[in-house]
Amino acid sequence: MTPKEREFSLVVNGELKTVRAHPMERLLDVLREHLGLTGTKEGCGEGECGACAVLIDGALVDSCLIPILQAQGSNVVTIEKLAGEPRLYALQEAFLECGGAQCGICTPGMILAAQYLLNRKPRPTMEDIREGLSGNLCRCTGYTQIIEAVAEAARRGAST
Amino acid sequence: MEKDHIIGLAAPRKEGRDKVTGKARYIDDVTLPDMLYGATVRSRIPRGRIKKITFGPGIPWDEFAVVSAKDVPGKNYIALIENDQPCLVDEIVNHPAEPILLLAHPEKHLLPKAVEAVHIEYEPLPAVFTIADSERRTDIIWGKDNTFKTYLIQKGDVDAIWEKAAFIVEGEYYTGAQEQLYIETNGMIAQFDSNQGITVWGSLQCPYYVHKALMALCGLSEDKVRVVQAETGGAFGGKEEYPSMIAAHAALLAMKSGRPVKIVYDRAEDMVATTKRHPSRTRHRTAVSKDGKILGGEIEFTIDGGAYVTLSPVVLSRGTIHAGGPYYWPNVRVRAKAVATNAPPHGAFRGFGAPQCLFAIERHMDRIAEVVKLSPTEIRRRNFLKPGETTITEQIVREEIDLGKLLDRALTLADYDSKRQRFAKQNESGNCRKGIGIAAFLHGAGFTGSGERYLSSVVGVEGRADGGVRVLVSSTEIGQGTNTILCQIAAEALGLPYGDVEIARPDTTEVPNSGPTVASRTAMVVGKLVQSGALGLKQTLAGCGMLGGRYSPEEFRAACRKYVSTRGQLRSFAKYEQPADIFWDDQNYRGEAYAAFAWAVYVAEVAVDLATYGVSVDDFVALQEVGRVLNPVLAKGQIAGGVAQGIGFALYEKVEWRDGRMQNGQMTNYIMPTSADLPPVRIFFEEMGNTHGAYGAKGIGELPMDGPAPAVANAVVDALGIPFDSIPLLPEDIFEAVSAAAAQKSTVPSAGRER
Repeated sequence: MTPKEREFSLVVNGELKTVRAHPMERLLDVLREHLGLTGTKEGCGEGECGACAVLIDGALVDSCLIPILQAQGSNVVTIEKLAGEPRLYALQEAFLECGGAQCGICTPGMILAAQYLLNRKPRPTMEDIREGLSGNLCRCTGYTQIIEAVAEAARRGAST
Repeated sequence: MEKDHIIGLAAPRKEGRDKVTGKARYIDDVTLPDMLYGATVRSRIPRGRIKKITFGPGIPWDEFAVVSAKDVPGKNYIALIENDQPCLVDEIVNHPAEPILLLAHPEKHLLPKAVEAVHIEYEPLPAVFTIADSERRTDIIWGKDNTFKTYLIQKGDVDAIWEKAAFIVEGEYYTGAQEQLYIETNGMIAQFDSNQGITVWGSLQCPYYVHKALMALCGLSEDKVRVVQAETGGAFGGKEEYPSMIAAHAALLAMKSGRPVKIVYDRAEDMVATTKRHPSRTRHRTAVSKDGKILGGEIEFTIDGGAYVTLSPVVLSRGTIHAGGPYYWPNVRVRAKAVATNAPPHGAFRGFGAPQCLFAIERHMDRIAEVVKLSPTEIRRRNFLKPGETTITEQIVREEIDLGKLLDRALTLADYDSKRQRFAKQNESGNCRKGIGIAAFLHGAGFTGSGERYLSSVVGVEGRADGGVRVLVSSTEIGQGTNTILCQIAAEALGLPYGDVEIARPDTTEVPNSGPTVASRTAMVVGKLVQSGALGLKQTLAGCGMLGGRYSPEEFRAACRKYVSTRGQLRSFAKYEQPADIFWDDQNYRGEAYAAFAWAVYVAEVAVDLATYGVSVDDFVALQEVGRVLNPVLAKGQIAGGVAQGIGFALYEKVEWRDGRMQNGQMTNYIMPTSADLPPVRIFFEEMGNTHGAYGAKGIGELPMDGPAPAVANAVVDALGIPFDSIPLLPEDIFEAVSAAAAQKSTVPSAGRER
């Protein structure tokens, strides 16, 4: 522990975690390197691509832009929370069936963005989905099948 | 035998569950004990001689592993085609992102500071940055004449046709560099052990390319180099060749330090230093008859290869062969050339030369239509290749393709005629101009000409001790669906449920060389070999009396178990054999260029906002004949993704160069389409089948990259009545053209002339 490091506490996927980190260390690195939660990905490191998206206190956030200092005391949800469920969440099922994941690197962030959208708008229009996912870049799919997957998950009631 | 078929069904993606749950392990998710992090010190000038390297103050240099060209145990080049690209520069720098030194340290955050602290003094040398500068040959930067490769195709007698022409139509077309922009940046981990040799794990397309490069670089034998593909987060050609460089760097650091070393590029390094689509210039001069038939023409196709040869000859080859589009040319001469500039080498990107030359021919067809006063649809209809006719390489079209019918269906699906009329009326007023454009095109599947024969790919299908089946190939899953379709093919051939077949992770100690994962060859060429290998497995079991002619999946599993327990390993291998009717003349660039072509007609509808000069694509119809569709969800995914990249190529993605270096190496200022930018892409298939591919499949991956850019550009031309012959078309490009046209106050002179 170098002198500049401090202890931070936050709830990650329902569990209280304490980490020692430099206050400016990115939440992304704390999740991946301190807590071993590698489901959150780095795509650009500047908040453009959304691959590192997580939910902080229910809000969709790019974890590459958040220093751990700012996440102190917050409630963080990552893709692993959804993966921890015995059966796949409706969104994950729909992504699988509709072809929403190709190379898969944007998928965790995309699914969190979709979950965030459905939490606010359980019955989104196609336009809502396009708009809601526009902060998450995907280079493989052209988004068509991702949008279909989110619409399908909404039909199945993913927000509940 | 099982009656249910799995070919043609939406079998779920094999590794899909891991991907949607975040469990899939990409290279940056892997950490080895005692691992160091590696970084690359690169040149910052386009060309020059290294005079002095100093290690600046404030860095604990004794804690670092430092590698230079002197530390290369074998050959200091990245083995590929010409072996002209050094792994680390020893003396002469040839582009502004060239690796010179490698550093490794246990603390990742120290590396950027250390890279900054290395000071390199140069004696600058003159550099060239454009195709035109390179051709001028004022400064020779590569070989004797700055030329990496030329090809010449000659069919008929072009020189005799000009006199017979009613119209001669000329045009010059440009396409820009394009970044692959896979969302996972490049990365590798290497580990060295003096007994076992070198092992690398990484994000890559072609394990055996990396294997070959490491053998030469490290001076190690085949069995002392192991390459394993980690889950790969997109590639699109961008991870075809450059991973050999990164693997080489990680390997050198691992050998020097004796510890595992991870190198993962950040986005800026990945964008600035690694390969992009070749910028291109295509010149057309076409003789056309009174009724709009192409009599012949000259095509000059030139690409900017960057500083080293790398894959440019192969990219150029595909571009040369596709330069005539899906049309019949009784006489044609194609001169093609790849030239050197002092930019990082340009490389493979989905389409591989074809999107560039097809943009040119499809813009040119609209120009011919305008000169001849026919519609864009009619000019194409009159010139489409027909069965029995020959392509520009004199390959006879043997498939029963009816491009006129394909065009008709696409026009109906897009409601082309009525939209065209409606838009013409709407465009008389208001602040928005609507347009509709088409592109007809073809894409050859597999390696060109004799390429597949040279590759001689091998695949294995294994019956395992637990009764399951495993496919053994070096073909990689990069998002496109390799794992899924090859398992579908094996399951279908063996009459087994899809769930009974698995695929091995590509690891050069485990899988044979089934060739690189490129050139739309996996479904067609590798798939066919998997089918043969699976049938061989069945025959082996039947031949020793363990399996009857009809069997249940349980009986098959029992037979595998019995074979393995009594006789040992059960593996059936299949090797590529060139079909007898494929003849290719490499000297004269004549003959059967590809075992099969996929065919397509795309229609784009755009709106140009006259306040912002932004273009939106409002509707997109993609109709294609790709042989048998093995998996409809994956096939649609390939098309939708390719169309999105093609729209990006046309409207969004512009590399800003300064002295050979990309200035906008960030996702903030190199713009790719988001979900809000793209229309719902409407995708349709015709399925004619194909005798060369597994269950009638042809290549599909690259095709959708070829058509969107010309269709969109043609639609923008239709909307504004101004010819756009260069892409990308960003709002500033459109603004400039509209302003220039307004300043002229007259119609833009036509490039064609009537004789």
